[in-house]
Amino acid sequence: MASGGGTPVGRRIVIGMVAVGAAGVAFGDRLSAIEQSLLAPIQSRDPTGLSALLPDDGGFRFYSVTGSTPTRTAETYRLTVGGLVDRSGTLMMSDLASMPQTSLTRDFQCVTGWRVPDVHWSGVALPDLLDRVGVRHGATAVRFTSFDGTYTESLTLAQARRSDVLVATSMLGGPVSREHGGPVRLYVAPMYGYKSCKWLGGIELTARVEPGYWEHYGYSVDAWVGHSNGRDDTPTG
Amino acid sequence: MAAHRASYGIRRSDEARSVGGLVRFTLAERWVHRSLAALMAVMIATAATLYFGQLSLLVGRRQLVAEIHIYAGMALPLPILLGLVSRAFRDDLRRLNRFLPVDQVWLRSKNRRSARLPVAKFNAGQKLYAAFLAGAILVMLGTGLVMRYANGWPVSLRTGATFVHDWLSYALTFVIAGHLYFALRDPIARRGMRTGLVPDSWARVEHGKWAEEMTEEKRKQSRPADTEVDLNTEST
Repeated sequence: MASGGGTPVGRRIVIGMVAVGAAGVAFGDRLSAIEQSLLAPIQSRDPTGLSALLPDDGGFRFYSVTGSTPTRTAETYRLTVGGLVDRSGTLMMSDLASMPQTSLTRDFQCVTGWRVPDVHWSGVALPDLLDRVGVRHGATAVRFTSFDGTYTESLTLAQARRSDVLVATSMLGGPVSREHGGPVRLYVAPMYGYKSCKWLGGIELTARVEPGYWEHYGYSVDAWVGHSNGRDDTPTG
Repeated sequence: MAAHRASYGIRRSDEARSVGGLVRFTLAERWVHRSLAALMAVMIATAATLYFGQLSLLVGRRQLVAEIHIYAGMALPLPILLGLVSRAFRDDLRRLNRFLPVDQVWLRSKNRRSARLPVAKFNAGQKLYAAFLAGAILVMLGTGLVMRYANGWPVSLRTGATFVHDWLSYALTFVIAGHLYFALRDPIARRGMRTGLVPDSWARVEHGKWAEEMTEEKRKQSRPADTEVDLNTEST
């Protein structure tokens, strides 16, 4: 009764979908580039924000590794600096604002594939902040902690002394929003996004590199865009 | 073969006769549906949490959410594979696969709900939905495994897999929403999936051909089983 004739349309649909899916895997990176080039002009003038609901929309995606992140305002924000430094202590937003400001415009590249072109960043260049607190002999690395209580990152001292590594207090033409890791986050221009520690709460000079949160899950410790994590993206440095 | 199926039918129609109605889905089939629905709900919820910024920040725990998504995804085909043990489920898969001439008419009909077309156990919409779902599960599983495990593959292929996974997830969610919409409009169809039984009157309107077959089977069995006994004993 159930086998009583008819055309196996169901099977044909399944085979067809698998074939189209395989073709999509083969050519998807080109289609994805076309999609982003078509969407970019729409998104820059989209008051509804609906275009951000599209997959692969070329915008930021928001990642957080903890259950909840405490809110810090510009008034309640504190950055603790410690470890192998001459003058350990706590910096407030006003301290950061009184230091020399650096601005730069670079692409933001995530290790999961998305990239946001031409993001404007400004804040205190990390080498300026390190000079202010004085790096002691024996320090070879910098460890960053997030006030979300979980996230950590690290750089070698040489990497931390690059002028395109910022303790960022503004991005995209305004203060760093809570979603983006505000009020203060790290921005490591030449490296994948997971290095740019959000909700920056602490900076500590250490004797050796201590791998960060995602690096315990196999991400590269030296996260140069285009030369790590098995990826070949165009460098952002 | 035919005799075996007839004797199988007797037990089920006995159950149906006592409660009143036709057996639409066996217990095994209902469990396949429930498990698949639960896993799919987990997939959609975790996917939304991974994709939408506001939800991501609300829930956080990115690593845990991603692990749940991956393991629920790998478990998703299991109810279907386990269901293949059930003969009723295999029979229904065969019915869903096969398009009959009436399915063409149903798809083109402007008043398919009231036209009382001689639709078999499943209408053409249900058949298309089942085929799309089967294809989508395979493609989502394949691209998902590439994204998770094929670290040595060229980046272009992994980007391609992500692209397909992203867009198909939207299509799949949209189509499942349609499935829920049609289920919400038809409480008796929902009862069929919940209890396994549907009233004759509903079946005659929605699945005329199937209702006819089932009633015929029932009628044969309610007759004194003098002629049938001979047939049935042959099967053992």
